[in-house]
Amino acid sequence: MEQPNLNYIKELSGGDAGFEKKLIGVVQTELPQEIAEYEGNMNDSAFAKAAENVHKIKHKLGIVGLEKGYELAIAYEDELKEGKSTLKEEFDSILTAVIHFIKDL
Amino acid sequence: MLNCIIVDDETAARTIVSHLCSQVDELNVIDEFPNAMQAIKFLNKNEIDLIFLDIHMPDFTGFDFIDSLKNPPKIVLTTSDRDFAIEAFEYDCIVDYLVKPITLPRFLKAMQKVENFKSPVEQKTALPQEAKQEEASEKEMYVNIDRRLIKIEFDKIFLVEAKGDYVLIKTEGKNYTVHSTLKKIEEKLPDSLFLKIHRSYIINIKKIVDIEDNSVLIARDVIPISRSNRPELMKRLNLL
Repeated sequence: MEQPNLNYIKELSGGDAGFEKKLIGVVQTELPQEIAEYEGNMNDSAFAKAAENVHKIKHKLGIVGLEKGYELAIAYEDELKEGKSTLKEEFDSILTAVIHFIKDL
Repeated sequence: MLNCIIVDDETAARTIVSHLCSQVDELNVIDEFPNAMQAIKFLNKNEIDLIFLDIHMPDFTGFDFIDSLKNPPKIVLTTSDRDFAIEAFEYDCIVDYLVKPITLPRFLKAMQKVENFKSPVEQKTALPQEAKQEEASEKEMYVNIDRRLIKIEFDKIFLVEAKGDYVLIKTEGKNYTVHSTLKKIEEKLPDSLFLKIHRSYIINIKKIVDIEDNSVLIARDVIPISRSNRPELMKRLNLL
């Protein structure tokens, strides 16, 4: 399974440790909020709203270097818009990995 | 120096774009906004050269935002949607379309485009006479219908009618319903052929069959002429 990493953040920062810290801090704050909102909407079967949440989460997956995860999020967002959730389990396991990853940073 | 603002509801996205801007000497980030409404309020009081704009925002999308601006500055879209590229480039003010997460090389490429790009206002003032004539002699335009770009030749158009969020383009061969405004279409049509004769209608003056009182017959359609547009129409006709 693809592992989250800091490649994108490091490349973007060009060695600016202050920026790296700032961006990681933003992701650590913003992502759990977005995931909580997504889970709430999934519990309510509010798929269209959950698609909006996945849309935002998708960017965070890109930030932590998950290229395949990003592509999966695109497909998941599309199917949620159609009222389906066959990719939920796969997507949720990616979220679990990312949450563990950012907690340890 | 280009004064710019960043409009995006995601803090992470604003943080990244702001950092990328800091890598370019010519860019000066004046402010950041988490939603379009705040940015509109700011733009009502301040002049800006460039906007980094997210498309996908709650309540008011990036496109709604652009539509609300009278004289939009240069705009670079920053988005996680790959599906709006065609729609994006229907706007004359959009310079580039950056898919998140944005990398520095791609951002720098966009800035190169910004440097070479002339906004619609700049184009109108800077266009040499020869280029203006060339522009006038363009013979067709392309419209986006169901994600396909369809060519429509100007001299085949009878009229364009406003229909809410859409316009109906009636041509010799076919009618096209396009998601656009009459104002946007009017900007694309050559003045030599077309004239707005009513708030809901632009006609091809070469296709007029006859004019009676306050209406004009184009093919089989009777189109009203508004009182304010009538003098201009009469001026354009080759009256005996």
